[in-house]
Amino acid sequence: MSIFSIKTRLAVLAVASVFSLGANAAQITGAGSTWVYPLVAKWSAVYAKKTGIQVNYQAIGSGGGIAQIKAGTVAFGASDMPLTPATLAKNGLIQFPTAIAGEDLVYNLPGVKAGELILSGPVVADIYLGKIKRWNSPILAKLNPGLRLPDMAITVVHRSDGSGTTFTFANYLSKVSSEWKEKVGANTSLAWPVGVGGKGNEGVASYVQRIKGSIGYVEYAYILQSKLAYARLYNRAGKLVSPSLKGFQAAASHIDFTKAQDFYVILTDQPGNDTWPISGCTWEILRKDAPKAINEQVIKFFTWGFEHGQGMAKSIAFGPLPPSTIASIKAYWKKNLGI
Amino acid sequence: MKASEAVRDDIKTIATAADKKSTKTHPRISGDFLFRNLSAAVAMLVAITLLGILIALWREGWDALHHFGWKFLVTTTWNPVSEQFGALVFITGTLVSSIIALVIAVPVSFGIALFISEMAPRWLREPVSIAIELLAAIPSIIYGMWGLLVFAPWFANFEPWINSHLGAIPGIGILFQGPPMGIGMLTAGIVLGIMVIPFIAAIMRDVFIITPAPLKESAYAMGATTWEVARKIILPYTRTAVTGGIFLGLGRALGETMAITFIIGNANNLSASLLMPGSSIASVIANEFTEATTPLYKSALLALGLILFVITFVVLVLAKLLLLRLDRMEGRQA
Repeated sequence: MSIFSIKTRLAVLAVASVFSLGANAAQITGAGSTWVYPLVAKWSAVYAKKTGIQVNYQAIGSGGGIAQIKAGTVAFGASDMPLTPATLAKNGLIQFPTAIAGEDLVYNLPGVKAGELILSGPVVADIYLGKIKRWNSPILAKLNPGLRLPDMAITVVHRSDGSGTTFTFANYLSKVSSEWKEKVGANTSLAWPVGVGGKGNEGVASYVQRIKGSIGYVEYAYILQSKLAYARLYNRAGKLVSPSLKGFQAAASHIDFTKAQDFYVILTDQPGNDTWPISGCTWEILRKDAPKAINEQVIKFFTWGFEHGQGMAKSIAFGPLPPSTIASIKAYWKKNLGI
Repeated sequence: MKASEAVRDDIKTIATAADKKSTKTHPRISGDFLFRNLSAAVAMLVAITLLGILIALWREGWDALHHFGWKFLVTTTWNPVSEQFGALVFITGTLVSSIIALVIAVPVSFGIALFISEMAPRWLREPVSIAIELLAAIPSIIYGMWGLLVFAPWFANFEPWINSHLGAIPGIGILFQGPPMGIGMLTAGIVLGIMVIPFIAAIMRDVFIITPAPLKESAYAMGATTWEVARKIILPYTRTAVTGGIFLGLGRALGETMAITFIIGNANNLSASLLMPGSSIASVIANEFTEATTPLYKSALLALGLILFVITFVVLVLAKLLLLRLDRMEGRQA
């Protein structure tokens, strides 16, 4: 243990840190939404193999992502709740959508199989407001002729952690129920009138699987994964639909993104016969004043994702953006960043 | 913290005796001087960190405290949409779940410690002690997962019974009425109890074992039963450390986050029944901090952190006062 050996070690450390700095140059850092994490992780793994550029994305939550990009500590932030054009302008930020996903209600009812239960937006709002308390209520019976609903209390399950899934769900309920809009509203966390909170999609899913007579909302990917009993919904056009990638994309195809400033649109309750009513989206947020080289790297990555990553997106239940939307995103980049 | 102090008190006499001896045989004053200052610096570092945390929580939470005033402590609304924040639901949840935990953990820990120190055959002592220490080493998220996936569904089978029997008792019956979901305040308290047992039991065992054998043996010689020895000899002798151990357990219960988040049910409403879901200060911070986007929301969560800090501090002060009072009563008796 001589002093010399410590000096040598320090020297080695210094050399090593120089090398790691070099490695950082080929790295894009991002942070935010947990919803989009599986997609970014999948894209970045393949992207790194092809280009050698690492995308280091940390799923710290949308709130954290917004804070990090505002502070300029990351190259891009990701949020499930779009920022208003005013907030973007104030902070010198821009945002664009990445992929479309959806969510649905799942339930645990003895004798009722997946896809058998039929619900409508206002009825879901009334259940989550605590107004419809039992499964054999006449309103549910009317929506489900021929289905024998048990005389059982409804246990409402919601997310306990702040989440874009909750925002999308609450935003949908606000659109279809004025009472919901007035009493509860839409945010990543809510003052829930009734129910129990599970942490994460897996928390909600496991509560629903364990509590008889429960109903909860989870992302579509989770329904596929855990084989939960999902409900069918009446959409805005009055058509009965099941959740599917096609339904999520149909929701996006009815939006004219060129008209919406900064893509500030929420995909819930869109018109169209095939449209799935509780569809959502994740937005990437960039700084206008970031070094051009960094923004270029980020945009290259997402362009690659839009062009080559659609199959990967589908495999993990994310709906690709329609080509028209991608075209308007590219125009938006050119206009705001000159890239 | 308290417990280690108590144990230290007990061994101080031995240590000082050893110190004296060593200074006589090896007079290495410079080494001693260095060591003393070094340990003083480390101790100060702890105090400074504590103060730093307090100041940071105060500064960050000030917005919410200033905005809502003292009403922050007594209102039950927690609405991130309209930005109305009150802490009462979470303060209640923290205290109630911790009290349930102690009600379960203290008698069980006492039994474990007494068994190990007085009744167990010598060959069994070590394995049981190691098992308890291992229980303390299990990460809290494991308790949470076990609580959610194993304990809660199993416990749900008993809840209809609790409903119809305990729920029917006039007065306290209201505590035991609710849907049989398995998750909720009572489940959280029970799992929390299991989590703090190793801490309390380990300290009790350590101090029970060091109770001087002559004291115990003279009591046994006079025909005292094991229970009488425990109550009249061991407990009075080890009172300080036992109280310290209990408060160490309480301190841990108050701040427990991950396990509670999984099983408490996370409902931001106040309800009288222990079978209904609730929330604790630590669980709501863990749940909502990542998505708290507005300054007031974030500040309200940090103010909750400050409240938890203050509650823990008050608990420690109460423990200290209790011990002082016990000591004084002791003096009067003598």
